[in-house]
Amino acid sequence: MLSAESITKTFGSASRRVVAVERVSLQLPSGARLGLVGPSGSGKSTLAQIMALLLAPDTGAVSVDGERAALWGVRCSRELRHRVQLVWQAPRLAVDPRLRVGEAIVEPLAASGLLPPTRAERHALIESWAARVGLTGDLVERFPHEVSEGQLQRACLARALVVQPRYLICDELSSMLDVSTQAALLETIAAIGHEQKLGVLLITHDRVLADAWCDEVVDIRELSTLGEGEGEQAAAAVAQARPGARSALGRDGPRRVARP
Amino acid sequence: MTALLEVTGLSVGFRTRRGVVQALSDASITLEQGELLLVVGESGSGKTVLAHSLLRLLPRNVDVTGSIRLGGQEVLELRSGELRRIRGRRIALIPQSPASSLNPVRRLGGQLVEAARARGLSDEESRRRLRELLGELGLDFGFIADRYVHQLSGGMQQRVVNAMALVGHPDLVIADEPTSGLDSDLVDATAAQLQAISARGASLLVITHDLRLAERLGGRLALLYASRIVEVGPTAAFFRGPAHPYGRELLRALPEREGKSIPGLSPELTALPAHCAFAPRCPDRFDRCTEAVPDLYPLAGGVHARCFAHAEC
Repeated sequence: MLSAESITKTFGSASRRVVAVERVSLQLPSGARLGLVGPSGSGKSTLAQIMALLLAPDTGAVSVDGERAALWGVRCSRELRHRVQLVWQAPRLAVDPRLRVGEAIVEPLAASGLLPPTRAERHALIESWAARVGLTGDLVERFPHEVSEGQLQRACLARALVVQPRYLICDELSSMLDVSTQAALLETIAAIGHEQKLGVLLITHDRVLADAWCDEVVDIRELSTLGEGEGEQAAAAVAQARPGARSALGRDGPRRVARP
Repeated sequence: MTALLEVTGLSVGFRTRRGVVQALSDASITLEQGELLLVVGESGSGKTVLAHSLLRLLPRNVDVTGSIRLGGQEVLELRSGELRRIRGRRIALIPQSPASSLNPVRRLGGQLVEAARARGLSDEESRRRLRELLGELGLDFGFIADRYVHQLSGGMQQRVVNAMALVGHPDLVIADEPTSGLDSDLVDATAAQLQAISARGASLLVITHDLRLAERLGGRLALLYASRIVEVGPTAAFFRGPAHPYGRELLRALPEREGKSIPGLSPELTALPAHCAFAPRCPDRFDRCTEAVPDLYPLAGGVHARCFAHAEC
């Protein structure tokens, strides 16, 4: 079980704080496919980065298979971070442009000193992961700018899976891609997920996709443990603090500006 | 009556270190005044290149052949001064990402008025027209004018660039991936705005990979695959049953249908085959498919499909 308990995260200075997520709890059982939906700005990506142990919450706790994370980002142990992997929305921003696609796929292993010693073994490892995500021919020899967005996202998926995580968080992994590439990525995740009892959190704007692919779908706005009426109070505070903000923020709901 | 836009045999190739990237091959489309045409295809299929060709926004390392006639005038032969009179006034582009198309360090009021002035409006006229356009989109010009782009939500940014595109009363509006990355509420709002633009009598060319948006907007649809138009016809007919196997397999990949991917990858644009580009992935291929490139064969109901299965029709 990957579990987030009562997570709160705010950004910005004291005079203009933006509350990205407020007292949100979420459990991802191993082997489950859980969909997380919600409008833009409702804190989905923030929660994803916190659950992937990349971003420290202000308050709240994340535990992976019962082990509670104490440190975040580079200070957190690689072993713990390898158990939860994140596939980002924009593959071009997620991959080092100086690495060839094949090198990018095994980069997480290289960073931990887990690469096989011989060139032939490394090559075989890259080839096997490339094949699993549908990359063929000389694509692994190319640089990121020489392949399409969809091909690069396939590589990013391989890169997340290569460390054999227990949980996979996909943050809008296919919103820029055509439906066939989306289906191919999800087929790969489903196949590997089934083999390895991988818990998958699929974050998407696409409710139809989430309903079709996931066992269960939750809306981030329903996960907050805020008390009755507290949400309205926060919204009223916004309207007072920033005249005209209501139209911009009303639709987004949970994004709130709190006064110090 | 001549069509507003008539593109004939348009081919666009980029000269690169890895050879010529053939982004568009022999594309022909027509668009009547007030008509809506959707250009659908995966990333890298040539959609954006088609849009940018119409405005001559292509870089220098490009070879363009064919013809683009706008109201009888050949766009490919225009000089830069003449192009300026077309851009924004006759053809307006709603760019792919509003946030990165607006200047982040200037307030929006100045940018909007500048765009209007470039279309030949006086300052006073510009303000009046912008107030009216933004008002129709549910925004207040005064509120917008004082702000920077990062202070607006994604939906508001989208509406600002929409208003900017409409300020010069263009005959043709091109929207490039208007919904990419938007949540469902914003997709609804954007679809409504595009329908409103169409209802004002402007012709609309919408480039998208979002099949649900396409189905909703209606009009006509051109499907691109590996630089070629493989199917064109009424949007409703496409969603009832595509004539080209690529279209059919693409609809099957929708999560609400079967969610089944098409095996394989689309071909490299540097090495397009001398036969049907979809043949290697096509479940219906036969010998002829790997021998030559099919024509766009006419079918019933105004549908054309580039598939040998329809060669005898």
